[in-house]
Amino acid sequence: MTDARPEWAQLAVRGLYKSFGAVQALADVDLDVPAGQVTALCGDNGAGKSVLIKCIAGIHEPDRGHMYWNGRPVRIRSAHDASALGIETVYQDLALADNLDIVQNMFLGRERLRHRLLDENDMERAAGETLARLGVTTVRSIRQPVGSLSGGQRQSVAVAKAVMWNSKMVILDEPTAALGVTQTAMVLDLVRRLRDHGLGVLLISHNLNDVFAVGDRIAVLYLGRMVVQAEAASLDRQSAVEYMTTGGFGLTPVGGRPDGTGAGL
Amino acid sequence: MSQAVPSSGPDPAPPAPEGPEAVDLIAATGAAPLLPPEVVAQSLGGYARAQVLRIRGGDSGMLPVLLGLIAISVVFQTISPGHVFLSAGNIVNLFQQSAVFMVLAMAEIFVMLLGEIDLSIGFVGPVGAVIAVQLVQPSTTNWPWWAAIVVSLVVCGLIGAVQGALITRLRLASFIVTLAGLLIFNGVLLIVLAFGPFSGYPSLSGLQKNVHTLYDLMWGHVSPAAGWIVMILLVGALSVGLALRDSRRRRSGLVAPPTSITAIKIGLMAAVGVAVVAVCNVNRAAVGSTLRGVPWAIFIVLAVLGAWSFLLGRTRYGRYVYAIGGNPEAARRAGINVIRVRTWAFILCAFTAGIAGLLYASYLGGMSNNVNGGQLVLYAVAAAVIGGTSMFGGRGKAVHGVLGGLVIGGIYNGMYLQGLKVQWEYIVTGLVLIGAVTIDALSRRNATTSGRS
Repeated sequence: MTDARPEWAQLAVRGLYKSFGAVQALADVDLDVPAGQVTALCGDNGAGKSVLIKCIAGIHEPDRGHMYWNGRPVRIRSAHDASALGIETVYQDLALADNLDIVQNMFLGRERLRHRLLDENDMERAAGETLARLGVTTVRSIRQPVGSLSGGQRQSVAVAKAVMWNSKMVILDEPTAALGVTQTAMVLDLVRRLRDHGLGVLLISHNLNDVFAVGDRIAVLYLGRMVVQAEAASLDRQSAVEYMTTGGFGLTPVGGRPDGTGAGL
Repeated sequence: MSQAVPSSGPDPAPPAPEGPEAVDLIAATGAAPLLPPEVVAQSLGGYARAQVLRIRGGDSGMLPVLLGLIAISVVFQTISPGHVFLSAGNIVNLFQQSAVFMVLAMAEIFVMLLGEIDLSIGFVGPVGAVIAVQLVQPSTTNWPWWAAIVVSLVVCGLIGAVQGALITRLRLASFIVTLAGLLIFNGVLLIVLAFGPFSGYPSLSGLQKNVHTLYDLMWGHVSPAAGWIVMILLVGALSVGLALRDSRRRRSGLVAPPTSITAIKIGLMAAVGVAVVAVCNVNRAAVGSTLRGVPWAIFIVLAVLGAWSFLLGRTRYGRYVYAIGGNPEAARRAGINVIRVRTWAFILCAFTAGIAGLLYASYLGGMSNNVNGGQLVLYAVAAAVIGGTSMFGGRGKAVHGVLGGLVIGGIYNGMYLQGLKVQWEYIVTGLVLIGAVTIDALSRRNATTSGRS
């Protein structure tokens, strides 16, 4: 449930507006992403999911609205601001270099040095520990090039890379979109593990199976407006589809605005 | 993550995956064949099996070029008149003929790793060289040889900086910018050649010591004893480095290759070192005189190889070059200053081409207007590709330039021994190049079909 007080969630977005020229991409959007929970953000194509996460990740600057980090008002103007807060984003294209191995990818741009040279042993150990903690790997293989990994493994490496840096919240953009059944299960396990480790997870998906499999909370965008935010248990598939496709007209609102005026329409 | 999570710590054994749903990267795919043998093999046999699987999986590494070198040696040794191809004198000769291609190919590899190309180095190198040759002329400027070398290399670096800036800042295609450079510096070469009272042929011949130092870059050699000492020191230092690295990895609880592999590598290095020095120390002069010792050119090539292997393999800069070659967008998002890294690659490329140019001038004993820079640069690209460097970026090593250069030099030398005309040298080199890119393409196709499940 959205709460009037933004303190309860790790990240709280209030009244966000963003337009590109004449196109109103986001209008008066509220969103809460609590720590230790998976918040699934759904919506049809063009609903504004990408714009919203890009505002949170510092790629776009919103026209209007507020963001709170643990109750403290923050402005996120660049990707650097976002990672300084502990927000990391895994985009759909993963941004991995296929010719580099897992360790090299995980430390890309933040290599550890010893006597001004790359400290391969230290990086390999740290990467191995992170992957083991997330249950992603066996130490034997972290020197293999990322290009030789399967889709699910690449996704796992990208996620591990994102959460390695003391991050508090991770945004996953359609992490299962290109994956088969087994690989999807692998990635969803990883998402649960992130949650169990106390991270806030914002999972963007339009696959309702995934959303209900791992989502603790569900938020639905429809044509740039947040039409519902609710505990996953309080929604069923039918109404989720309804919200995504029609904006939820005719449904009893289960979410509510901070001021209690309705479902954000 | 700062959350309370049981850390597996630096446990020497591969930690058991946590929980039944833990993801096993090896079991989950057919990716195992592509693992570097170093990370899977715990024994000699295991290492060999992993290596075979890796080659079958499409990552053939340097195997094709090594096989190619063996094939060239066998064929030319068999057909060369009097079987002189593998004679000591001819092998040293071959090294010297190949040295320019080797260094020029190592220059080209810097930009090829980024998926770019530099066509201008065929004349940038000679421009640097002609500057050095002009500066040391006793009858005109009479500069000390070292100052002339410094100036020529700095000029080459600056040329690289200008071309690199045009390519990275203005986002012009490297092919076009450096094609223009090829023409422009051909002209510049002719202008600089015309300076002084040398009718366009400033020479390095003569006994004046200062000038002779430049001539010796290619034709000078160290005494046989010095050759042995340097070789022992080099192999010793590399062996100690290799052994230390492996033992440090074992101490840190990381997987290290079995000791037998390390021993074999050290043994191979020592064998190559002993062979090279032994061959170079055979008297290769005509009957009645003495000419023995390792040529300076070999040490110059080794120095460039060592420096650039170190830069590419052990430093942040090298890592960024590979990252940009593999996925520029990932590199940009990782906070890497892509423009700076790319510009520096063009600077280092032109700088290295300057070294190749100096070797070239020394080989010719001066500079003249019949430098075929267009052919030089195409041979350099061919050498890099034959050695195993990809045209598409992200894959390649400095040593590929050396091996590819040897192939090009070997064909050139072998054809010359046959008394065959230059047309056959071109045709054979072209066929070898097609063979090399075919292997590259096939291995890439295999890697993508067997890698992703």
